[in-house]
Amino acid sequence: MIHYVARRLGAGVLLVITASFVVYLLMLVNSAHIAQTLLGPDATPDLVARKSVELGLDKPGIVQYWNWLSHAVRGDLGNSWNDGESVGFLILNRIPVTLSIAIGTIVVSVAVSLVIGMAAGVRRGVLDRIVQVISVGGLVFPGFWLALVLVVFIAINLGILPATGYTPFTQDPAGWFLSLVLPVFSLALGAVAGLSQQIRSATIATLEKDYIRTLRSRGLPEWLVLLRHVLRNAAPPTLTIVSLNFIGLMSGAVMIEQIFALPGIGSLAVTSTTSGDIPVVMGTVIIAVIIVVLVNIAVDLVNGWLNPKVRLS
Amino acid sequence: MSTISLTKASATMARRGTWHRLLHAPLALTALILLFLIVLATLAAPLLTPYDPNVGILADALATPGPNHWLGADSAGRDIFARLLFGGRVTLGAAALALTVATVVGVLTGLFAGFYGKWFDVFSEWTTSLVMALPTIMLLLAVRAAVGNILWISMVVLGLHLAPGFHRLTRTIVVGVRHELYVDAARVSGLSDVRIVLRHVLAAVRAPIIINAALTAVVAIGVQSGLEFLGLANTQIASWGTMLNEAMVNLYVAPALMLWPGIALGIVNVALILFGNGLRDALEDRPAAQGGKKRTTAAALAAAAAQDSEGERVSALVPDAVLRVEGLRIGYPSADGISTVVHGVDLAVRPGEVLGLVGESGSGKTQTAWSVLDLLPREAMILGGSITIDGQDRAKLPAGRRRALLGNTLAYIPQEPMSNLDPSFTVGQQLTLPLRHTMGMSRGEAKAKALALLERVGIADPERTFNSYPHQISGGMAQRVLIAGAVSCEPKVLVADEPTTALDVTVQAEVLDLLRSLQQERGMAILLVTHNFGVVADICDRVAVMQHGRIVETGDVAEIFAAPQHPYTRMLLGSLLHEREPRTRLVDSEQPLEASV
Repeated sequence: MIHYVARRLGAGVLLVITASFVVYLLMLVNSAHIAQTLLGPDATPDLVARKSVELGLDKPGIVQYWNWLSHAVRGDLGNSWNDGESVGFLILNRIPVTLSIAIGTIVVSVAVSLVIGMAAGVRRGVLDRIVQVISVGGLVFPGFWLALVLVVFIAINLGILPATGYTPFTQDPAGWFLSLVLPVFSLALGAVAGLSQQIRSATIATLEKDYIRTLRSRGLPEWLVLLRHVLRNAAPPTLTIVSLNFIGLMSGAVMIEQIFALPGIGSLAVTSTTSGDIPVVMGTVIIAVIIVVLVNIAVDLVNGWLNPKVRLS
Repeated sequence: MSTISLTKASATMARRGTWHRLLHAPLALTALILLFLIVLATLAAPLLTPYDPNVGILADALATPGPNHWLGADSAGRDIFARLLFGGRVTLGAAALALTVATVVGVLTGLFAGFYGKWFDVFSEWTTSLVMALPTIMLLLAVRAAVGNILWISMVVLGLHLAPGFHRLTRTIVVGVRHELYVDAARVSGLSDVRIVLRHVLAAVRAPIIINAALTAVVAIGVQSGLEFLGLANTQIASWGTMLNEAMVNLYVAPALMLWPGIALGIVNVALILFGNGLRDALEDRPAAQGGKKRTTAAALAAAAAQDSEGERVSALVPDAVLRVEGLRIGYPSADGISTVVHGVDLAVRPGEVLGLVGESGSGKTQTAWSVLDLLPREAMILGGSITIDGQDRAKLPAGRRRALLGNTLAYIPQEPMSNLDPSFTVGQQLTLPLRHTMGMSRGEAKAKALALLERVGIADPERTFNSYPHQISGGMAQRVLIAGAVSCEPKVLVADEPTTALDVTVQAEVLDLLRSLQQERGMAILLVTHNFGVVADICDRVAVMQHGRIVETGDVAEIFAAPQHPYTRMLLGSLLHEREPRTRLVDSEQPLEASV
């Protein structure tokens, strides 16, 4: 078990390093214009050249990457080229926002999908049709468009919920919750579409298993068969979809943070890429990849734990 | 040569079948036509509108819909209808580019990895997980920061980023198909790899790839318009994403601006999703093999019912039966109405009696057993008849009471031991749950009882088996565990569906001995479903012979063995005698044949 976790973590570290390398090289494709962008269009070529040397942009890409990596592994992600702020500090400040949205969306979409997906798989009929419609409907409009509609109708017209902005949990838990409702809703709808469909088919597939018939033949009430045996056996494929959803959520968060003016990792990524602020871009990409890798490992571990064949071998 | 032409023919049939089915899936076809019309409209934009999508008439700024501007104008006075049409070119074209890159790269690498495997498979799997771990938008932001605002580069990168989906899909299918007989046959007959891939493998992956492409197109359109929406693309050129960006800027002034591009995106997405789903459904709804089921229309069904009622009610001759089945008819929905698999079966089992239900596979005996247990598959329909258990007509009981009959009145031993234990729970968990629920035992009592049961069914180390998962025990042990589970709540009637068929011959005899001793010890009645007259001779008191969903002969085992009346019974008995010695003789030499007493 420990060996397995260590191997997965090792593979994860390798993945993060490779990803950072790819993105770093990508950023350096056009490094000549970075200093110009930072200094503004009026900067003289002389100033731009000096800035490039100052940032180390004159060195070969591999050397620059090595410098970045050797600091990064020690936890030093460098300073923003825009305002000199510590990248680590910037990210630490913003990560709670993005994680609140992402985790909130996962919790809401899993809970809703479990209920409607299992209900559709068990009862079929009209309920099944409704879930089918949701699964199409949830994908029809991009999450960001839905967010716009919600802002207009619920926040601006009805004034029920805050249209924009983020309230930290530590400051005002109720305000924190309210500021998350619309962003989470607009992201969750698309997630529910895919997830409820997955849970529905996993439920149907599990219900057709021989052992379900045998369990029923023992006189167990149907709710017990469903909640204990069907749910348990339908969980692994569902969890795999959840981990895939999480990656999508990292992208979705970029849009949603922009619309709702939430100061998260996503909006940091947008501002830093437009200004060519390599240390901040690297920081945001790396933190996103690390989150994705950790979630994937966690899901694999839970799946392994759920499957005795994997757990015991 | 004939092999090749055969596989060719089947591949062509599969190909024709896909399109044929698509043509008969109205939803998918409508969606496809709608997509085609939308693309056509964007291409014919200059013919459909006089306006330039990117040049505004300031006097018309934020004009409401009217004869001049059908859908109104935006804040710069640009005609929204024109922008939608011309913008569709950019949005759909960009998405199409990303989709093409994703499909070509994903399918080619998938084919290669699946067909040749080896190092390329390992390498591509690693690359795939790397690419998939990068959040799409962040990657595209980085690309944009690197190369600037160049749409086609972003779309190529997006395509590469979406390629893993196609790669994995293709690889999985190819690995499955690679070892199919027809591919082997093609290879043996000297077809080159390229031709095998083109002819056979592509035929297998084509439909799933089209479905995946439809759904990936939705993602590509979403990401592309999302980027433009963020203002990260060239806002001077109309596209649905830039229109939404413009709407976001004017959200408080003119919220209606976001409506039209949103609707355009929605229509395209609906069409794509419905096309994908429609195609998927069309492929899944292949007419299933009918097997031994006989199709009947409603009229034929009524005729059968009339015929059945004329037959003699065997059960009437057995007044004290603990299980009584009368005129049972079971059907399944099929392409042309209902196909009936059981046509009016009558059975009666006395307390403590073992009744063998014999017939070949497809004769409807398992369906009869499941209906006795009220555990027929969801699609099955009971078309008529009644089942009386311990004096209660089950159809008249409320649903909760019907389930409560299971376990302590009726119990079930299935055929396939391994697939009938839940792989996620230990043997002990699966044995104790019914004891606690049906018998109301405490955790400790249930465990003690389960261990005693495991010992009773002949398991050498009950404690260890109790803590094992199904994959850790042998098939013979699993069947003993299932028998222990079946008798755990002390049922009056045991329904055993081919309880020994899946076991080794030596284990078969042991399991039959176990069943017989349990039956005598507890005075249970058993309805034993089997295709094997050897098993019947071994354990049954009476036997009912079933053919094509009907009981053709019933009687005491000794009588039937001595003088079978029905030709089908004679045939079954004949095959038994020809194939091998009845196993009863082996058992006979050790102990008297109790079953026939």
